[in-house]
Amino acid sequence: MKKDINSLLVPGKRVKIRTKNGLSLSGLVLQRYEIFDPNYITLKLDNGYNIGVKVDNILEAEEEIVEERKASGEFVPETLPSEVVSKKKIHIIATGGTIASKIDYVTGGVKPVLKTEELLEMVPELRKIGEISSEILMSIFSENMAPPQWEEIAKRIYQYQQKEPGTGILLTHGTDTLAYTAAALSFALGKLSSPVAVLGSQRSSDRPSSDSAFNLIAASIYASSDICEVAAVMHGETGDSYALAHRGTRVRKMHSSRRDAFQSISSLPIAKIDPFTGNIKVLRSDARKCGNELLDKEIGKPNYKFSDKVSLLKFYPGMPPELIDFLVERGIKGIILEGTGLGHVSEQLIDSIKRATDSGIIVGMTTQCIFGSVNLNVYSTGRLLIKAGVIGLGNMLPETAYVKLSWALGNFGYEEAKRILLENIAGEYEERELPSYFPMWKHE
Amino acid sequence: MKKESFPHTSPCGSMSEVSDVETSLNWDHIGLKVGLEIHQQLKTERKLFCNCRNTLVEEGPEVIFERRLRPTRSELGEVDVAAYFEWKKGRIYEYHAPLLASCLVEADEEPPHSMNQEAIEIALGVALAMDSKPVDEIHVMRKIVIDGSNTTGFQRTALVSIGGGLEIKGKKYRIQTICVEEDAARKGEEKDERISYVLDRLGIPLIEISTAPDINSPEEAIEVASWIGTLLRMTGKVRRGIGTIRQDLNVSIAGGEKVEIKGVQELEILPKAVSFEAMRQKKLLELKEELYRRGLKKDDIVFSPIDVTLILKSSKSKVVERNLSKTKGKAYAILLRNFKDLLGFELQPNRRFGTELADYARFYGDVKGLFHGDELPGYGITEEEVRKIYDSLGGDIEKDNFILIIDEEEKALKSLKAAIERIKAAFDGVPKETRSILPDGTSKFMRPQPGAARMYPETDIPPIPISDEMLKRAFSLKPPTPGEKKRFYEEALGLNPSLAEQLIGSEQQEMFERLHSRLKGKVDPTTIASLLLVHMVSMKREGIPVDNLNEEQIYESLVLLSEGKITKEGLPELIKLLSERPNAKPIDIAKSSGLLTMGEKEVRDIVKKIISENAKVIEERGERSKSLLMGLIMKELRGKAPGSLVAKLVEEELKSFIQHRS
Ligand SMILES: [Zn+2]
Repeated sequence: MKKDINSLLVPGKRVKIRTKNGLSLSGLVLQRYEIFDPNYITLKLDNGYNIGVKVDNILEAEEEIVEERKASGEFVPETLPSEVVSKKKIHIIATGGTIASKIDYVTGGVKPVLKTEELLEMVPELRKIGEISSEILMSIFSENMAPPQWEEIAKRIYQYQQKEPGTGILLTHGTDTLAYTAAALSFALGKLSSPVAVLGSQRSSDRPSSDSAFNLIAASIYASSDICEVAAVMHGETGDSYALAHRGTRVRKMHSSRRDAFQSISSLPIAKIDPFTGNIKVLRSDARKCGNELLDKEIGKPNYKFSDKVSLLKFYPGMPPELIDFLVERGIKGIILEGTGLGHVSEQLIDSIKRATDSGIIVGMTTQCIFGSVNLNVYSTGRLLIKAGVIGLGNMLPETAYVKLSWALGNFGYEEAKRILLENIAGEYEERELPSYFPMWKHE
Repeated sequence: MKKESFPHTSPCGSMSEVSDVETSLNWDHIGLKVGLEIHQQLKTERKLFCNCRNTLVEEGPEVIFERRLRPTRSELGEVDVAAYFEWKKGRIYEYHAPLLASCLVEADEEPPHSMNQEAIEIALGVALAMDSKPVDEIHVMRKIVIDGSNTTGFQRTALVSIGGGLEIKGKKYRIQTICVEEDAARKGEEKDERISYVLDRLGIPLIEISTAPDINSPEEAIEVASWIGTLLRMTGKVRRGIGTIRQDLNVSIAGGEKVEIKGVQELEILPKAVSFEAMRQKKLLELKEELYRRGLKKDDIVFSPIDVTLILKSSKSKVVERNLSKTKGKAYAILLRNFKDLLGFELQPNRRFGTELADYARFYGDVKGLFHGDELPGYGITEEEVRKIYDSLGGDIEKDNFILIIDEEEKALKSLKAAIERIKAAFDGVPKETRSILPDGTSKFMRPQPGAARMYPETDIPPIPISDEMLKRAFSLKPPTPGEKKRFYEEALGLNPSLAEQLIGSEQQEMFERLHSRLKGKVDPTTIASLLLVHMVSMKREGIPVDNLNEEQIYESLVLLSEGKITKEGLPELIKLLSERPNAKPIDIAKSSGLLTMGEKEVRDIVKKIISENAKVIEERGERSKSLLMGLIMKELRGKAPGSLVAKLVEEELKSFIQHRS
């Protein structure tokens, strides 16, 4: 008898169950997540609720055949024929996460929308911005992105822009490492001939309050603009009022869950975007305009290689020097340190650092304060670090510095890489840090 | 508004008048079935999914932000109708987030924390009291709600127990489910496409109790609702005050349809809501009959709008003028043959069939309203203009009818289409709708009923198995049923039946219980109960600010009584004085206002004094002067000595006085 019950309690079966404590239940058996307790089944009752039933509590079960019920109060909205107002071309490249999805209300499963047509049905506003096409390049979690993926993405964008010149690119990305990828593309793609927007969503697209459509619309507006820079385009503040386009090398995820987590650090965003009116307001006078590419000598085949022999190391009180020795032994070619304050580590580490630089490893110093610049001349530890061969990296963000060193070592030799590290090639150095660049924390 | 009721123009019609339906409906006869959904806020320390305090705030700092919501799609591409139209209207929600009672969770900027255990246990306690069976494992669900009242666009809800029931006057009413869910944000102003909400209420735990449709009359509805309300209050774990308990109901009559009515906040409205809805369904069935009697068919109703803008172009009507002056403003009318008087037909007091059409037009087409032939001429539209409309539609003013919408062309047409669909539905009787309650107990169309399928798992919260420890704690929270409690008050505490009845479920019940247990039987329960329920209530009625008193003052006053320092008669007097001096100590007030009891010697002196003052009367009446003396002495003592003591002393002193004289 027990065996029979088990054969019925499989996902997808509609069953009628009697429990030992006297309940009579009918519903659909659903798939359970693997991390859930296996001693229960999940049952979706006819009233829509899910409950868990202990397998031991089931007295008897039988299969139930029920007609599909059509829910009232639901309909498929008619989609209007595409009325493309603008001739601008926008190409969406998906890398993972879901910018748009549909829900299977029965199982709760979320399915990403893959086809351009479906996407336009769900975010019809995009039709007014440009002619949309899309592709799925890869499907990985943001936290699994690594230099090889940056390379693949950069290569694909470059190829697409060669084939379809003038097309704005939207790169959809999980938010965790979105800023790293934005920085990587800023270096790898060099001088752009059309805008590249990197975007993600902080609230998943299966919920009515998702920020994904908002960001998608804003990013499309950016991608059809004449700003030829790699930008992360996300919510500007907690409300659905405006989005910001942040320079790819100055942006950082500053909150684990807020919509406006992405902010330009010690810097100003490139532009402010109103997704409802389509207005885009350029905030920086040094925003690079499209159309100058012929004048730029550097234009040409981009350098999209990244070295995986670079490490980002955060100093902490008590950090043992062996950590650096270990990296040296492992054949690392570059280390970005996140020092304290103006760029310090404990004296204990200096010998190890010296050994590293002596053996041809590039060591750069950034600050773990996130805001502000390193300056190795102020205190004696800083001066010792300079003597040990450490390169102070000004106000370049630690993550950007890591990406930049990986890119520099991927494409150039030791001397050239060292030189490039200090050159401001994609706005990674903010040359003037203004008092207004530090957020005004509220205390009362 | 012109009141044309149908029977005048249909001599053979069998349609009844609205006014007498209310009193003459035989509920059994029309097959009335009502189910209740009772939502009660729980008095937990924290909110359901975050650490914010469970409280509403009227002032303090707040953050304001704006959001929009977008309908989500099912696998088949379906969206919820109401959600879709809200989005189409370009709704903007303005959220006010008070920092004292909301955090990032309410702002939908942080995933929910794990579910409040206390809330689950209170709900389980209630479930046990109604013999409802707890589920083995609780799954939190998201129920799509897209009117902006939830920042997420869904309400988190979890089913906690199934089945059970209650019994009133020998009749059983089944319980279907008990759920725990989060309350929605408080609605503020609504202006055009902008609605504002306050986030303090969002996330307050609610218990939702759903009954089976076993209720068969408006009276039963109120009985069941009060019974459940009382039970909930007896947990001592529910919030009180306006808006802390809300009822939704579903109502059907034979041949009608199960219609949901949302948002009944006051219990007194409940029976009205039931009878008005029963009436509405009965009227709709009569309307259906009349349609067939007139030989009309569903297919006769066609969407054939005629542009009548020219006729109304120079109209003096303010409404017409305003709407025609919009860009692309047009007037469209549709002729309804043989429909005279049917649109003015009353379904509920002051709500006609035409009103229903207007509600549909508003919902689907986002227009301000709809005109029909039965209410025109009116609203500044002249007889002449009406006649011209009939002419241009090719209709007979005596027999036919029309609907008219003046707005932006696209909206006008869309909403006329919706009105036509609603008219077609009249041929089937009662449509399946969700309606919202109006202050007078009538209701208006809110949306078509949502599918039960609009519920999907809250993936941010893992399932919660109901453990034995949880059940044990739930058992200790299990409230007695109202009947059990009344018996306890009468039999164990000796309250009289009316006092016991009054106490149960009252606001004072919890305080009574606390005072009684703290006093450990040193003060008679009847004295405590009548202080709270009789004396203090009537003082309040007289305008004495008894709400100023804190429980400690009442407790200390009762202690004074138990120690004999004040008398039973002096207690209300002391309470009265204390309420005007909220920070004072009872003993000090008793002292300063002379309410402390006197010793026997002092009382005896007063008795002697009064007797000698009234020697003449006593000489005339002898022993019979006792009651007169009692009165005078009690007045003098003003509660400073117990009556029994006074009576004893009067007896003794009177006797010795008379003996002395004779
Ligand atoms: Zn909170």
